[in-house]
Amino acid sequence: MPVNEQRHKVRDVSVRVWRSGKGTPLVYLHGAAGFPGWLPFFEQLAAKYDVLVPEHPGFGKSDNPAWIRNVGDVAMYYLDFLDGLGAERVHLVGHSLGGWIAAELAVRNTGRLATLSLIAPAGVRVKGVPSGDNFIWSPEELAKNLFHDQAFAERMLAQPLSEEDADLALTNRFMAAKLGWEPRWFNPALERWLHRIDVPTLVLWGADDKLMPVKYAEVWRARVPQVSVETIPQCGHLPHIEKAEATAGKLLGFLARRP
Amino acid sequence: MKFTFFHLMPYRPLDMAERHKHRAAWVVLPNTLYDPKKGAEEYHAYIDQLAHAEELGFDVIAVNEHHQTAYGLMPAPNLIASALIQRTSKAKIAILGRALPLVNNPINIAEEFAMLDNLSKGRIITGFVRGIGNEYHATGINPSFSHERFQEAHDLIVAAWTRPGPFAFEGEHYNLRYVNLWPRPYQQPHPPIWIPSMGSSETIKWAASPERKYTFLVTFSGRDLVARYLNLYREQAKEFGYEASGDQLGWASPVYVADTDARAQEEARAGMETLFNDFLAVPWEMLMPPGYTSLSSMKNTMRMRKALGAKKRHSLEELMASGTVVVGSPRTVRDELSKLRDATGANNLVTMLQFGVLDNEHTRRNMELFAAEVMPHLRD
Repeated sequence: MPVNEQRHKVRDVSVRVWRSGKGTPLVYLHGAAGFPGWLPFFEQLAAKYDVLVPEHPGFGKSDNPAWIRNVGDVAMYYLDFLDGLGAERVHLVGHSLGGWIAAELAVRNTGRLATLSLIAPAGVRVKGVPSGDNFIWSPEELAKNLFHDQAFAERMLAQPLSEEDADLALTNRFMAAKLGWEPRWFNPALERWLHRIDVPTLVLWGADDKLMPVKYAEVWRARVPQVSVETIPQCGHLPHIEKAEATAGKLLGFLARRP
Repeated sequence: MKFTFFHLMPYRPLDMAERHKHRAAWVVLPNTLYDPKKGAEEYHAYIDQLAHAEELGFDVIAVNEHHQTAYGLMPAPNLIASALIQRTSKAKIAILGRALPLVNNPINIAEEFAMLDNLSKGRIITGFVRGIGNEYHATGINPSFSHERFQEAHDLIVAAWTRPGPFAFEGEHYNLRYVNLWPRPYQQPHPPIWIPSMGSSETIKWAASPERKYTFLVTFSGRDLVARYLNLYREQAKEFGYEASGDQLGWASPVYVADTDARAQEEARAGMETLFNDFLAVPWEMLMPPGYTSLSSMKNTMRMRKALGAKKRHSLEELMASGTVVVGSPRTVRDELSKLRDATGANNLVTMLQFGVLDNEHTRRNMELFAAEVMPHLRD
């Protein structure tokens, strides 16, 4: 399936968007490391849906407007983004930081959402179960802690970054810190508004996530009204990469049961 | 020249083998490695050294702020400054500096400095810094807003010192309905402000601007960088239409003097090498949290770091060769320091005469020899 890279402008902010497939739009919000490349996972989704993967403001080559200072600002930006798509409703999927953004958007307004799917989302915490400190980890520690299967970590570390990619990674790291440094990867107010998410919701988690502990799934299970929670065994923080087949399968199964 | 005796107050009894089981002597080093009985002795010895510096004729004695580290035992430097006010009568007391972005209400800093200024009847020099990257891990403050918070806190503190209160302060990070400092500072319009810095061009331009003219100190840098940054300040002042005075310029350096070069190197080695390799050295991720510097300067630093290759221990010889430390006979030390003074026109030398694990006896000898054999030759 051909992938189309384009720029999408809403008000004063222009971002990169990768798009492929036909059908109901499915918008995927990426995690703190930025656009992960066009993954086999996206291919599987694009067989059934019109998949859009925007690069968040401040990440990669998207605009970085000064007014975006926290996750709430990004969520408001994506409400504008969805209004500008020309579709009545979309399936919204978010991973990690992107899951947090999607949830912040949903507690504000689910008017544009058919469903909400969160993969190892940030945004809430469980006291006594801290998230991993990805900002203090060395690149080696980060790779190791992102995966259950260390072969993935070794492959990640074996690929030297080009200068351009290293610059983009640093840009992403800067924006991730702006959004998630303190409080680290959560908004204390979000948990008390999760009851407002009134669309079918799927929460997917790798059972061996060393960055966002799978224990956090309990908060989503307890607070989101129409939620189903599924864990993926032998999987770290990146289920869409480490267990792409299983993750796409669970997500497509969930979506197929909805209009 | 004017001479400052500056102290970091390192925790010398640190078990270095244990320290190297952790990523740094900062933030994550278990505080079970701190023995309060030994630590209390350290405080007493260091305060004695600072008080002794006044007797030896130093113009300024100085302390500084770091958090959650064996590198320096002064998370609250104003407490030490307060003790020094009681132990001394002539020397200026500099706090180099308070890390402005790390506090949630900068008025606390304005108040404490104003109190110290009154207690000392105007002997206080204040220093404003952002804190080093490690501090953003230690305090949780978002490094992305470090520059903004520094600027805003600075504006608030100076306004609190100089504007009749009460007035309202309306900022992005700090919003206060009533700013009304009791006490006001003793020195008018306010105590001197020094800016210790590793030397970013933005900081230099900001410090040199005519409404500020803050004294700019280059810290822990080789002689070439010291000269480059101080001359940048001079050029910047010229662009603003004035000539920077030597009092606006200074640099900080660990110094050790003994009767011969060979003896100085032998006695200074462990102290200098532990300072840079055991106490100060931290991984990149800790030192440079994202947002602490601009994206473009971080990109440059990363490229330089890649070019330099893997980290290794710095030897005393390397530190001397770059001019990051000055070690030798009185004549060697005089020559080295006067060369840099002549190249920059700087009038402030901030000496660190206790460093790393250097013991009390060698520190005392170093201070006395420096005061007797170096200082008089570099005085104006």
